[in-house]
Amino acid sequence: MQYTAAQIKELELKAKQVRRLIIEMLGKACSGHPGGSLSATDLISVLFFSVMRHNPQDPGWPQRDRFHMSKGHCCPLWYAVLAQTGYFPKDKLWTLRQLGSILQGHPDRRAPGVEVASGSLGQGLSVALGMSLAAKIDKKDYRVYCLMGDGEIQEGNIWEAAMAASHYKCDNLCGILDYNGFQIDGKTREIMNLEPLKDKWEAFGWHAINIDGHNMQQILAAYEEAKEIKGRPSIIIARTIKGKGVSFMENVVDFHGCAPNKEETERALRELE
Amino acid sequence: MTEMLYQRDVYGNTLVELGKQNKDLVVLDADLSSSTRTRLFAKEFPERFFNFGVAEQNMMATSVGLASCGKIVFVSSFAIFATGRAWEQIRNGVAYNNFNIKIVASHAGITVGPDGSSHQALEDISLMRVIPNMNIIVPCDGPQTRQAVLAAAETPGPFYIRLGRVKYATIENKGEFKIGKAQVLVEGNDLAIIACGMMVSEAQSAVKILLAQGVKARLINMHTIKPLDRDCVLEAARETKGIVVCEEHTVIGGLASSIDEVVSEHFPTKVMRIGVRDRFGQSGEPQDLLKEYNLTSKDIEKAALAIIA
Repeated sequence: MQYTAAQIKELELKAKQVRRLIIEMLGKACSGHPGGSLSATDLISVLFFSVMRHNPQDPGWPQRDRFHMSKGHCCPLWYAVLAQTGYFPKDKLWTLRQLGSILQGHPDRRAPGVEVASGSLGQGLSVALGMSLAAKIDKKDYRVYCLMGDGEIQEGNIWEAAMAASHYKCDNLCGILDYNGFQIDGKTREIMNLEPLKDKWEAFGWHAINIDGHNMQQILAAYEEAKEIKGRPSIIIARTIKGKGVSFMENVVDFHGCAPNKEETERALRELE
Repeated sequence: MTEMLYQRDVYGNTLVELGKQNKDLVVLDADLSSSTRTRLFAKEFPERFFNFGVAEQNMMATSVGLASCGKIVFVSSFAIFATGRAWEQIRNGVAYNNFNIKIVASHAGITVGPDGSSHQALEDISLMRVIPNMNIIVPCDGPQTRQAVLAAAETPGPFYIRLGRVKYATIENKGEFKIGKAQVLVEGNDLAIIACGMMVSEAQSAVKILLAQGVKARLINMHTIKPLDRDCVLEAARETKGIVVCEEHTVIGGLASSIDEVVSEHFPTKVMRIGVRDRFGQSGEPQDLLKEYNLTSKDIEKAALAIIA
């Protein structure tokens, strides 16, 4: 399916708004993870604004597609799209990481739209697998999307889940890998090399799709392609830029887990106007 | 003739019984379905049984996804792997979300026998007890296993049910089974013996020997470790000279520690602990291991006499 230039522009605009919310949220919270939130923003914005079947007014709708953010530290992104699509009022975003907030530092079920808590890396693909198996048992046609980080897939649990998902032919399951090339301690290829990544997923029985994770057309096409694949799960391996959209955050590992200060927040928001 | 049953046989049959009544019941195992007897369920309901191979972490985290979609998930393996290997998946996934997941693990305790230390879970109760939201049941015999599994299935939230490998003697006249309500099997006011699992049977023998010496011990089956029946513990503390706690488990963090915590805060009294004293297990026949680790009725008797001395 081809999207018009206007549709693409609209998605880009929405993604930019999401990026602004992320920066504002983190600036106010004074802690949190901007880098990986910004790198996955285009992937997740497209998913929520134009791919997933969901109803923000009825988060428990049984036919809804499921989304799980396995790399839970990037929840500012999740919270931003949930607020933007109407799961909860936007002013809640300014309570991020505060005592008693529905928006915990790592996501949990207090936030409408969050189905399962996350934050401990490596477990989310299994969670998504469980949702996928539940659909099979109930003969429901919803799809399950799971966002993973690249550093995260160094966890063995991910590969246990990968093996099981192809064993159980979970073609309703679509993994999204935010391949920004950085983890807390540095570049993934220096800390613990992930390559050859596509070969690894294919060896585990997955349909793997390489894309540029900031190209809306490619992102849309990848989700479409994944829907068509039968008999096995799909993974979208998206090359991304950590901190994407804010010049001084791009590919700067320090912004993995450090929120922008007041001055940086203002600069970032100006860039995102 | 005392009835002898494998708790895991009872577990497998109870799962089948539940599976017929509730289509939302799903069972997971990690390559041990022939030992845990979840295979019985797998044969009846293949579409609701998933074997994950030797991958307990994935099994546990997958149960979380299933439960989020409204399933009641029974997850089984050996106790050491279920609670040890997958501990963090239990903490952050099963318990934090407070989901309807029932971890039923067999092969707990020293009586696993010849397989030796790697397979003898002596820490599982402690590991589960420190996690908020977790309920813990250690059934004392076959019939109680069925009651525990049925009760867990109809009670929302996460459960850990601890089962053994060997056949357990059925304890007669236990009375009603209710989660969190201890069963007083024998009345007595000289001292109290609080036991769980197979140690209830050892304790029962000790009570008989003590009675022959004129010592009246109260025998309590503390099948639910969490939530603990504090009233029953405090009654025992107030009305007797002291408590002997018996568990086929390390004395650190399990039933004995639970009792210690309650009495030390509300009614300090002497507590003697029958359990594994900070040691790993080893290979051997179950009966020999019980002797080696001082877990026999003789050991319980000695501790009881020390209390009333």
